[in-house]
Amino acid sequence: MVLFLFPVYYLILGSFETPAQTLNGLQGAVPSSLTMQNYHTLSQTFFSAQITGSLKGFYTVSTLVSLLVVVGGLIVNSLAGYGLARLKFKGRRLLLLLVIVLVIIPFEAIAVPLYYMLSGLRNTLIVQALPFIGSAFSIYLFYTFFLNLPPQLEEAARIDGAGPWRTFLQIILPNAKPAFASVAILSFIQIWSSYLWPLMMTSQPNVYPLSIAIGNLVKQQSTPNYGEMFAFGVLLVVPMAIFFIVFQRWFIRSVASLAVKG
Amino acid sequence: MLIPGIGLIIAFMLVPFFYSLWLSTHVEIVGSSIPVRSVGLEFYRHLFDDPIFRGVFLKSLQNNAIFALIVVPLQTGLAMFLAILVNRSGAFVKFCRTTFFLPVVFPMVLTSLIWKAILAPGPDGMLNAILHAVTFGHFTPQYWLGNVHLALPSIILLSIWQGTGFQMVIFLAGLQGIPSSHYEAALIDGANRWQLFRDVTFPGLRNTTIFVVMVTTIFSLRVFDQIYLLTQGGPLNSTSSVMYLAVSQAYEANNVGQGAAISVVLCFIILLMSLIQRQVLKERVD
Repeated sequence: MVLFLFPVYYLILGSFETPAQTLNGLQGAVPSSLTMQNYHTLSQTFFSAQITGSLKGFYTVSTLVSLLVVVGGLIVNSLAGYGLARLKFKGRRLLLLLVIVLVIIPFEAIAVPLYYMLSGLRNTLIVQALPFIGSAFSIYLFYTFFLNLPPQLEEAARIDGAGPWRTFLQIILPNAKPAFASVAILSFIQIWSSYLWPLMMTSQPNVYPLSIAIGNLVKQQSTPNYGEMFAFGVLLVVPMAIFFIVFQRWFIRSVASLAVKG
Repeated sequence: MLIPGIGLIIAFMLVPFFYSLWLSTHVEIVGSSIPVRSVGLEFYRHLFDDPIFRGVFLKSLQNNAIFALIVVPLQTGLAMFLAILVNRSGAFVKFCRTTFFLPVVFPMVLTSLIWKAILAPGPDGMLNAILHAVTFGHFTPQYWLGNVHLALPSIILLSIWQGTGFQMVIFLAGLQGIPSSHYEAALIDGANRWQLFRDVTFPGLRNTTIFVVMVTTIFSLRVFDQIYLLTQGGPLNSTSSVMYLAVSQAYEANNVGQGAAISVVLCFIILLMSLIQRQVLKERVD
């Protein structure tokens, strides 16, 4: 319990202290003379567009990329999952097999060729989102969910002469909230934390997401200013933590839904 | 209806996979007029033959294997233990559950940052200070991330901290799937807590366990962020991983073919592992 909580506590405490207080043996775990200085310094750089980029810029990039991946992903992957589960067409089994094989291959294993394929789009926002919108994993989650929906739901619509699109929008969408929530949450965790891809694809501070901005601090400083870095880290994790605490039940359910696919 | 989703995964997953096969068998010098030429399996031969490169590659493979052999059983066991512990209702239990899961929403960048401070060298580092205190001064401060023998265990420690909550939740879902009648039957037979675990809980979690082991194994093979951020594979390649090597070859050493070849090897290792584990899963179910 303590082991799990301590690093979180250390992060929050350190963000209100000077680096000398944080790196001070056991004393580093005891709150003393707390200061807002780190947050104050950060807020000053929030709007100022320096060569090193501004905090506002990093936030904007991370937010836009996450929105694109989450929203775009929900649309294309739910449609594909529904098509695989309900439409009858030639090659359906083959496509399903393709999806299952691609679920196994992690992004890291194709990052290098992808980097060369898309190097023309370096330092753009769109390239940071592009490879993650279509996701074999999300398609598979939607597929299994739609497969388990009772077919009677759609029969009434079919009798009314509705095509697959109208059935999807009017009948399936309202009944698939848990699946949408799971996919949204899991893809948000993934994209908000992603590091390798933006590392390869960005070299200009104006397109850095938060993870790269903070990663550069972790990597470079030989005598790190832990106070400011910790404050920065708190700001990085706060959106996720709020999201997590508010939607905790959904979070846990969505991770648990992974086990279904085993 | 299927076209956007399937099209995207073909374009950004299947095509890159085949492209990496092509890249790994050709030499292309970016931005030069020297024509692209085929080199066959030269880059793959490098991995196992080249006197200098072979050492680094095999060392990275070995590190991945050590990482997996420690992380998979330890993290799976810990996650199962915690899941059983918090599989109850109550405010405090709920708080514990939240605590164990919280690190999962911490991006690896942030995890690396916190642990960089905790693992700081010298007597001022938190871990050093704690160990110094609990051993009543018998512990000599260590340079955790700079010591050939301690760097990999340090990386493993922070990876387990970040990853355990995720597996715990999957186990929780597995526990909810065990019918309570099984426990009742065992209790009527006079089973004690250990027997309950051995005869009801553990068999009930069999499929969940296999799934968790599979996910964690794949996770162990792709480890990159924390190594890049904290040790850059050092000291003396003691923390280099296959993925770290692939990226540093392709991206930093500008050796596209070599990086692609390593990616292809990694892909095949992962596919092979999944096939084996899928087979095990099937046998157990039958």
